[in-house]
Amino acid sequence: MRLYRYLVTQKAEGVLDIIPAYTSLTVVYDPLLLSRKYPGRSPYGMMQNWLQQSVAHMDHVPEQAARRMEIPVCYDRSLAPDMDTLADMHRLSVEEVIHLHTVTIYRVYMIGFLPGFAYMGSVQEKLITPRKATPRTRVPAGSVGIAGEQTGIYPLDSPGGWQLIGQTPLQLFDVQQANPCLLQPGDEVQFYPVSLAEFQKLKKP
Amino acid sequence: MSIRVQKPGLLDTLQDRGRYGYQQSGINPGGAMDRLAMRVANMLVGNDPGTAVLEMHFPAAVLLFETTTLIALSGADFSPEMEGREVPLHQPVLVNRGTVLQCKKQRKGARTYLAVAGGFESAEWLHSASTQLQVKAGGFAGRALQKQDSLLLKKPQPYPFPEPSQGFVTLPWRADMNGLYQDGPVRCIAGNELDNLDNPSRQLLTDAVFQITRGSDRMGYRLQGPELHTNLAGELVSTAVTRGTIQLLPNGQLIVLMADHQTTGGYPRLGHVTSADLPVLAQKQAGEEFGLQLVSVSEAEKILREQEMNLQQLQNACNFRLDQYSGSRSFIKT
Repeated sequence: MRLYRYLVTQKAEGVLDIIPAYTSLTVVYDPLLLSRKYPGRSPYGMMQNWLQQSVAHMDHVPEQAARRMEIPVCYDRSLAPDMDTLADMHRLSVEEVIHLHTVTIYRVYMIGFLPGFAYMGSVQEKLITPRKATPRTRVPAGSVGIAGEQTGIYPLDSPGGWQLIGQTPLQLFDVQQANPCLLQPGDEVQFYPVSLAEFQKLKKP
Repeated sequence: MSIRVQKPGLLDTLQDRGRYGYQQSGINPGGAMDRLAMRVANMLVGNDPGTAVLEMHFPAAVLLFETTTLIALSGADFSPEMEGREVPLHQPVLVNRGTVLQCKKQRKGARTYLAVAGGFESAEWLHSASTQLQVKAGGFAGRALQKQDSLLLKKPQPYPFPEPSQGFVTLPWRADMNGLYQDGPVRCIAGNELDNLDNPSRQLLTDAVFQITRGSDRMGYRLQGPELHTNLAGELVSTAVTRGTIQLLPNGQLIVLMADHQTTGGYPRLGHVTSADLPVLAQKQAGEEFGLQLVSVSEAEKILREQEMNLQQLQNACNFRLDQYSGSRSFIKT
């Protein structure tokens, strides 16, 4: 994540995308732009050099503090179709599941699958739950789920196989915004419970 | 200043070079599947190479030109016709107001590209005019064209050409497409998990023939071929993937990610199709077969440089012909 932030600040020539994931960082670059500008040099070689230099240099750059996001979640049964099954599976009460899900400060390791879908981890050991055997054909936007050690929020209505334990009234993806995605890689996220009445009040019409 | 959709096609969308800078947020780049055809169509009408074009699959839209326009078609050959006469591909065509363009049959290729001089009016989203169907943004109202849509064209260009009395006239030059699309196996570079293939599978990857299946679209091509196996146990940690990434699915079959790919994935990455051969793949249809050839990164860069040199020459030739024909630089946007 440190390397990711350092690379982003450099705005290097020819670089189109820098994509962090759990244990990797991917750089997408424009080989034509680089070979036009630096004839005779290998664009791949140039990228390799840049990355090696950046890795060597990044320790001298102060680490940026992660952004902390607090996200309201309503764990009401009407919005949490898998809550009872998940609680039963782990021999926990619904209150305990909510407590365990909200005490942890998660990190956004990667965004993928859908625009703005943040893969966050890791959930408390007692909440680790496999994906559903048969994915749902439609999960409503805002649904909060668990898959293995990960927790995440569906930014859009979509098919999905995560175990759904609640819903946030916040809009994770807003096509109108200059930065359409609420969460970014590296963010710290903590959930807090809200009642159904609060959920409805917070939800944009 | 418009083109009217008389009948929509299977999937007609405005596309440009794609939307970069947002893959860390899960927003895929999209863009024209065959960037080479997009560029050629644009250069023939004097546009910047990355101007948004209309990408059409077969059956393609039936389009009524409500204004006299200079156009060019490139990419797949869908035997386009106007007023009963065949319209040549890779050639600038001046179309008279009131003329209808329709595509009769799919002769070769999967996607055809229509460029209009000056470009289409389009909705930009995150600095790109490419249509993003999932979130309904960019292009024409964030969606594929529908019946009676009116595609607005950017401000009129001064046409120094004689207006065709009826139908259309082709201008007397043609882009030489020789050498731009190669016929041989699709070339790719090694992916991170290539060496995890067992020996027979490793051999099959480059010896076998793979067929594009029906479930293939702008997101990816699912291939049917011999079952391949790796020595990997359990699931991989997800990483970013990109256009051209060749992944091995749990059933032993391959998928090649295309323009509308997801930004991350967790299947073994056996290879990545070279940038130079992505247009070749983009023009292959369901049912077609092809082989794979592994090349080094430096070989891939060389192929791309050569392709770019050809395109640059073509660009210069087009500029020269347009200039000479019109006798005025004002026609070409610089």
